[in-house]
Amino acid sequence: MSSLTEKDRPVVQLLLNTGTCPRCILRFCCVGSQVLYRHPCEDLMKELQEFLKNNQEKEDTVCLDGVDPPCKRIRLEHTEGPDDLNHNGVFQQIPSVNDGNAAMDSSAGKVCNVCLGILQECCEADFVKKVCQKVNSADYQFTSFVFSVSLPPQLSVRERAAWLGVKQEMRNLGLSLAKDDIVQLKEAYKWIIHPQLSEELGVPADGKSLFEVSVVFAHPETDEECHFLATACPDCFKPAKNKQSVFTRMAVIKALEKIKEEDFLKHFPCPPSRPKNLCDALEIQCNNGAVFVAGRYNKYSRNLPQTPWIIDGERKLESSVEELISEHLMAEFKADSFNFSSSGREDVDVRTLGNGRPFAIELVNPRRIRFTAEEMKRLQQAINNSSDKIQVRDLQLVTRSAIGRMKEGEEEKTKTYSALIWTDRAIQREDIAFLDDIKELKLDQKTPLRVLHRRPLAVRCRIIHTMRSEYIDEHHFRLHLKTQAGTYIKEFVHGDFGRTKPNIGSLLNRTADILELDVESVDVDWPPTLDN
Amino acid sequence: RICVITLAEAHPLLQSGKTIKSISYQISANCSRLQNKVSGKSKRGAQFLTELAPLCRISSSDGEEYTIYSCIRGRLIEVNENILSNPSLLQQKPSTEGYIAVVLPKFEESKSITQGLLTQKEYEEVLLKRRNSSS
Repeated sequence: MSSLTEKDRPVVQLLLNTGTCPRCILRFCCVGSQVLYRHPCEDLMKELQEFLKNNQEKEDTVCLDGVDPPCKRIRLEHTEGPDDLNHNGVFQQIPSVNDGNAAMDSSAGKVCNVCLGILQECCEADFVKKVCQKVNSADYQFTSFVFSVSLPPQLSVRERAAWLGVKQEMRNLGLSLAKDDIVQLKEAYKWIIHPQLSEELGVPADGKSLFEVSVVFAHPETDEECHFLATACPDCFKPAKNKQSVFTRMAVIKALEKIKEEDFLKHFPCPPSRPKNLCDALEIQCNNGAVFVAGRYNKYSRNLPQTPWIIDGERKLESSVEELISEHLMAEFKADSFNFSSSGREDVDVRTLGNGRPFAIELVNPRRIRFTAEEMKRLQQAINNSSDKIQVRDLQLVTRSAIGRMKEGEEEKTKTYSALIWTDRAIQREDIAFLDDIKELKLDQKTPLRVLHRRPLAVRCRIIHTMRSEYIDEHHFRLHLKTQAGTYIKEFVHGDFGRTKPNIGSLLNRTADILELDVESVDVDWPPTLDN
Repeated sequence: RICVITLAEAHPLLQSGKTIKSISYQISANCSRLQNKVSGKSKRGAQFLTELAPLCRISSSDGEEYTIYSCIRGRLIEVNENILSNPSLLQQKPSTEGYIAVVLPKFEESKSITQGLLTQKEYEEVLLKRRNSSS
């Protein structure tokens, strides 16, 4: 094996004897060639054995030459005996050099004491097939994938223990460690499994992919191995409400950084014990990144809330704007759930006319993600055919950042309205004509009583930019207004117990009330208009 | 449920002949309803009112003084400062611009409070009985 050098021999020998798999051995020798890891485990094992044999032959010849330090070492180790503690006070399995072959045989076919099988069976063809079966049956549309793996925290503990064993061995032999940038377990795992997954699924692995295949591994047999860290470094382990176990990977890694070598070796066997079982793949899950659909909606009903109106489990009004729009989208995109947001809202009894109000729907974990402009048009038509209470236009796929633009509109842009107003005392045309001339009327609006139970008490300054009146009869007229975003129109008309000043009542010196309100336009130029 | 406290239509102050001299929200040496400050959605810092908590005292020009009580348990959200500057509002528009105070009862008590109130009809029956018994 050309990637291994003289200096690696004791490491390879030690790890092989203590039950570490060939791939982990390569990692500990800092072998960076990805291709090498993809060789079958049996082949790697043979190569390592070959590598060691060469070493052994050299040693034997040296020994035959008489009393030599290596031979002395052998004799010393034999006299010490297998259960003796060395001067560091640590349990140590003494590697017996002549027993090399026997030790290697006992490692072969057993679960690795460092990776617990992750770099053994858990990246072989059978496992790959299992994952791909899950992916294919989940029926997702994807062009690439990102594979994320969650490893049990005790792996970090075992890795540390094995590494300390290696360091100790090197110290005992009077050698210095040539390198200490071990190849990370997860990295090696991905080197091995990505090409196989890629081939089975027919698409490349891409770190930026929106389609995520995630596997959670667990090894219940050794779960308690992390517990000693809680007594050694108690402040690393705070019980978090959401997580089942306090021993998260992050917490364990933090504790391992803090704990001193001596303390670690006091509580954990070095080298790590040989496990009976492999890691289990607890969960194999697929998830697609969210997709965003935007458009503008018109609302023609005076009996439709924007979101479902449910009190104490009872639905007060049938359906809602968001349900009417998202029902079809959910079905087409086959998503788990949706989040509806819009550039402002209107009351149940207010219509939205004109170009409509911009909205965006986030479809969570959609199975289908690719839609042509034609398909979107058909989807829009389907929504419009299904209900006369709402209509949508400019339906299109957008990016997540687009939502920001829409919310901008909510606070900054103007809206125009049409209100049907009633007055108690009679009015003549002359009485309301002056309203048309009022520009930039400043209002002080206290939080309306009708929302005061769920909003903080405050005074809002809002501006009515322009007004245009249409006389109907002695007690009715229609008022068209263009206002700043966030203006309460109904309160401007009836005055809200005098808490909105000025108001139509105070301007006309009468008692006024609002009979009907329509949104004529929402002056946001997003999403882009399509030729519908 | 938000509650707006106003003068009942049968209140002496709303009968003809009465003029309001002054209105004061100073209930006691330590307590002025004008100092009520609420913050946030849950209206923290609000003065808590019980049924018999006084909201304000109103003096009429004929020397009478009337204390207006909350009649409802809850947090005091605001008192109407407009009637301080314009007392006639109270008499001309007692049920709208001339309101006294806004109170927000506890969510759990909301239903029981509503049930303890009289409907317009029930109130009119009370007034009818009152008139009949006095005549």
